[in-house]
Amino acid sequence: MSLSLVTLFLLSIMVFLGGQVLPGNVGRAILGPFADQRAVDALNHTLGVDRPLLTQYATWIWNFVRGDMGTSYIFRSPVAPFVIDALGNSMKLAAVAFVLVVPIGILGGVVAALNLNRPLDRIISLGGLSVTVLPEFVTGIILILIFGVWLRWLPISAAWPKDAGFFTQLYYLILPSLPLFLVLFGYIARMARSGMIEALDSDYTRTAVLKGLPWRTVIWRHVLRNALLPTITVIATQTGYLIGGLVVIETLFRYQGIGSLIFTAARGKDFPMLESGILTIGIVYAVATLIADFLYSVLNPRIRLGSDQ
Amino acid sequence: MTNSAPTKPAKAENALELTDLSVAYRVAGRNRAVLRNLSLNIRQGEAYGLVGESGCGKSTVALTVVRYLPRNGSILGGVISLDGQDVMKLDAEALRRARAESVSMVYQDPGKALNPSIRIGRQLTEIFELGGVTGQAATDRAIAMLNRVRISDPPSVMQRYPHQLSGGMQQRVAIAMALANDPSMLILDEPTTGLDATVEAEVLDLIAQLRQELSASILFISHNLAVVSNMCDRVGVLYAGMLVEEGPTDVVFNDPRHPYTVALLRCLPRGGQRKDQGRLDTIPGFLPGIGADIKGCAFADRCALADNRCRTELPPLYDLSDERGKRLSRCFHHDKAQALPRATPSDVATAPKPTTAPVLRVAGLNKTYASHGHPLRAVKDVSLDLRPGETLGLVGESGSGKTTFARLLLGLVPPDDGGTIELEGKALAPKLENRGDDQVKAMQIVFQNPDSALNRSHSIRHILSRALKRLAGLSGKAQEARLDDLVRAVRLTDRHLAVKPRQLSGGLKQRVAIARAFAGDPRIVVCDEPTSALDVSVQAAILNLLADLQSKEDVSYIFISHDLGVVRYLSDKIAVLYLGRIMEIGPSEEVFSGPHHPYTEALLSAVPQLDQTETARIRLDGEIPSATNPPPGCVFNTRCPRKIGPICEQQEPPLAEAQPGHSIRCHIPYPELARLQKAVVTEPA
Amino acid sequence: MSAVQTTSPTQDDTRRRSPMADVFFSLMRSRTFLVGLVIVLFWVACALFGEHFAPYDPLADDIINALAPPSSEHWFGTDQIGRDVFSRVIVGSRDILTVAPLATLLATIAGTALGLLTGYFRGIVDDVVSRILEAFMAIPVVIVALLAIVALGTSKATVIIVIGLSFAPIIARTVRSAVLAERELDYVAAAQLRHESAFHTMFVEILPNVIPPILVETTVRLGYAIFAVATLSFMGFGIQPPSPDWGLSISSNYGMIGGGFWWTVLFDALAIASLVIGVNLVADGVHGALND
Repeated sequence: MSLSLVTLFLLSIMVFLGGQVLPGNVGRAILGPFADQRAVDALNHTLGVDRPLLTQYATWIWNFVRGDMGTSYIFRSPVAPFVIDALGNSMKLAAVAFVLVVPIGILGGVVAALNLNRPLDRIISLGGLSVTVLPEFVTGIILILIFGVWLRWLPISAAWPKDAGFFTQLYYLILPSLPLFLVLFGYIARMARSGMIEALDSDYTRTAVLKGLPWRTVIWRHVLRNALLPTITVIATQTGYLIGGLVVIETLFRYQGIGSLIFTAARGKDFPMLESGILTIGIVYAVATLIADFLYSVLNPRIRLGSDQ
Repeated sequence: MTNSAPTKPAKAENALELTDLSVAYRVAGRNRAVLRNLSLNIRQGEAYGLVGESGCGKSTVALTVVRYLPRNGSILGGVISLDGQDVMKLDAEALRRARAESVSMVYQDPGKALNPSIRIGRQLTEIFELGGVTGQAATDRAIAMLNRVRISDPPSVMQRYPHQLSGGMQQRVAIAMALANDPSMLILDEPTTGLDATVEAEVLDLIAQLRQELSASILFISHNLAVVSNMCDRVGVLYAGMLVEEGPTDVVFNDPRHPYTVALLRCLPRGGQRKDQGRLDTIPGFLPGIGADIKGCAFADRCALADNRCRTELPPLYDLSDERGKRLSRCFHHDKAQALPRATPSDVATAPKPTTAPVLRVAGLNKTYASHGHPLRAVKDVSLDLRPGETLGLVGESGSGKTTFARLLLGLVPPDDGGTIELEGKALAPKLENRGDDQVKAMQIVFQNPDSALNRSHSIRHILSRALKRLAGLSGKAQEARLDDLVRAVRLTDRHLAVKPRQLSGGLKQRVAIARAFAGDPRIVVCDEPTSALDVSVQAAILNLLADLQSKEDVSYIFISHDLGVVRYLSDKIAVLYLGRIMEIGPSEEVFSGPHHPYTEALLSAVPQLDQTETARIRLDGEIPSATNPPPGCVFNTRCPRKIGPICEQQEPPLAEAQPGHSIRCHIPYPELARLQKAVVTEPA
Repeated sequence: MSAVQTTSPTQDDTRRRSPMADVFFSLMRSRTFLVGLVIVLFWVACALFGEHFAPYDPLADDIINALAPPSSEHWFGTDQIGRDVFSRVIVGSRDILTVAPLATLLATIAGTALGLLTGYFRGIVDDVVSRILEAFMAIPVVIVALLAIVALGTSKATVIIVIGLSFAPIIARTVRSAVLAERELDYVAAAQLRHESAFHTMFVEILPNVIPPILVETTVRLGYAIFAVATLSFMGFGIQPPSPDWGLSISSNYGMIGGGFWWTVLFDALAIASLVIGVNLVADGVHGALND
């Protein structure tokens, strides 16, 4: 817990430095090289970027914690509603990808491990490796070409019509979530597979088999739980990559999520928006890690109960 | 004749029959033979011991019987008949039933054999559920089973996870699980290897008692000849996947008829043998690797009796049965096996050492670690001294602080404030960085595991040259000349210099490690279990080497080992540690022959001896307490068989001098100890 | 008594092959590795000599023939301003194969140094640096890149630095855990018992032993660096026009796929896919060979 807070604190410093210190003169950056110096100074003063760094940082964090994410340079209106809306949209997209990939990825890994070195394992492993390493926009383009352009099964934009219901939204989200699914699939399957192999080769599995337990019982009772523990942690750390992927996917599919928000903010040098967006992502990541740690310790008696010795 | 009755007979004559069994592992695209036409029988109710050094195929036998070979292993031929049933012909379901009903297995490292995320109770009850016993009935049976393996408070143990139990308890649980289905065949594969001596003794006692209660036949696999000699009716000696000798245990060990068995027995320091009484014999050469191409007798390369016939023709198993029982030996020269010439002459030239000032003097040394917020006193108030050319043996079980003490001396770990370490009269800085170069080179170490101690990226030449440069300050010609000497002193050759450690066998690697320790003419060398990772035949050569170097260089050793025979062979003086405290310290012979501390007594009694006659044995109850929470008073009081009363729980006894140079930390007065222990020794007579 | 000579080592006590040779033979037997290697070498050849065998100048426009579908003249068709897609795909590997390896190299050097230091010294240095690295790893590379490029402006050097520094913590983590394991081994204690300097212990004793995991991590990271460079180009933050870069081409043409001009993006996408998969097959092979 405290660890995540330290990490978040450091992240906030990096974001602050990246967003407010490195670009140098913010007013100049916004108004351009030919603007009048007085105008630049005035803007800097309005934005508060002429105050000491520590004050700026403290104000920024304090406001952020209270839910005030500052005012967008571009929209001249509070950042928070934009970030919250975008986060909601991104969550929907990520949720679709996650709900699909976690069970399928784990299943893929388990099936591969149970067929170790047989053709099915080769197909899942190599296929998983191949799709995992492809940039999302590459798989995105290829999927759009296949399902959107040639087969015309799915819409090529994720922007659903106004007042669309749950299922319509889901329909629009399938294509954008597929590249995310593919990136995560190989990764999760790979972890699940190696966890399974380790568990299958373990002495306790040998004990279970030699007890004369049916193979099914051995797998379900003795192997799976130990095998999938490490995978849980991996799934959580993948949320970071998932969000990175969102930036690309949301741009490609013109979807109003946190990724495209950050992207637009970066292009427009809208620092308050950019910083708040990134810090929000950091929080999401930290929360995901916490949940994973919690799950891991609940499922692992060695951590939950400690040792007597 | 093999039993091949179509219907399962009531009870086959033999519980297990292996006929011409051949097993290979596929490594780098080639099948490598592990078992070569192995045949053996185990009768109903019999305990059969299978002994051999690493890589001889012992464990493969066990895994083959239960058909659980690693993925790259395959049975190339032969018949495995379990209670008259051909195991190889069983389909998946029949094999499962055989495992559920007639054969069980217990192996090394019980911590790994139990499922870490399932409670002990569940791991037991699932076995009864296979037989249709469920619910409360299954729980009752599980509790009964835990009672049977002498676990106190089974209901609470049932609720625990494996990591909450000590190693000894875990192995009891594993044994309970193996016996739960009342098997006709029980396979024990190194069941006590890795356990502490006193715990091992308890587990072995348990197995012996259970044998009386149960009908199971036992296949007992071990590298430890003494353990097998105490546990088994008959023994088979395995070498390179072949049975080389078989017969009743006492006959084989007292009257061996195969040169390998003869040589193996000679390698062990036995019956209180000491370095000044003669060298141990060794077996020259190396064990054939897995899959080695063997023509003739597998042992021929290492056997002084071997002639041309031995090298070209595989000896049959000669039947040497006599009135003492059925026995076999795979040697053309079985009649003169015991005349096998020594590989190492036994003569030693050790001059008695003049007593001089101590080279090392340690006073009031302490080390406290913080463990989860609690102080852990790894070493408490240790004082001792060591003379030039003397060996101090450090003895104790896990957690006794042996290794920590060694690391404190070397400066690898700084001690608590207050204690002093003096080397040749000069105080040593607690931290290695602050010691002088001369002080550092004067005290070196030979680690237990040469794979860890030698940098695997460096050639042997690099390893030794660097040591000579840093420790002896040599370079250029002088360095090369000294390197030659050093290599010869540890009996390596130039050919070994170019290779990396991985390309050498365990024994050779340990020679390199010894050479490195001796590079700077040390005054003291700490030997931390230097032979415990080695096979018996290699161990003897290393012990001889250490003894030779000592008599030549007048170096002092601090010799740490859990093997009392080895410690006794090499040590002039012994310190017995328990929970970081010296319980007893004195001249080797006095400590071993007694009267000694009750803990020393128990430790000695726990060690299985090859030539053991049934004497009264002392067994310790319970486990070694945690060093974070040592018992009040005398730390040994919770397990002490000679506890005299409340004083033991309230007051820590001082380390008092009982005889000149021999001190004991016990409330029982020395004469009383002598009386008590004398009674034990004379009891059976 | 002519005893057998005292434990003089016989001829067969040393194993014949050195560990390096083992790795080499195992690589040569790995089909995954060889297939990956062929793909990577193909693209390296295109990057080095592509200009000489590309049928057209990848930068020459030809408005009359704009958006022509694949034909015998233009195997992969032409783009919006009539440039030959085939030639552009062939030459398009050049920038990505310069930027990505350099970024990986930077990441490997920085990550190895950090990993060695934190793993060897442990304690407070390790705690502080590890927390910072963790914070770094919490943000996706694309976002670090956005932040940095907004702050520093776009150039190949920026891309190299950004990707290099974003990957360094990941390599540092791998190296650190390998070093922590090595540090427990007794040869490190033996070095201390020779009064070796920390520098010697780190670089001469420990470093050679952690090369295998570094090698594996580097090849894997190279795959991800290509991934990241392509993605940044696609986002408009990486390689700049008029370079025939694949990601850039997709970015400027994908708006038209609704109109059916699939050839303007498909071949570039397949090119990226093949290169990334090729590098990862190599990485997988190396991993397999070193962990045998």
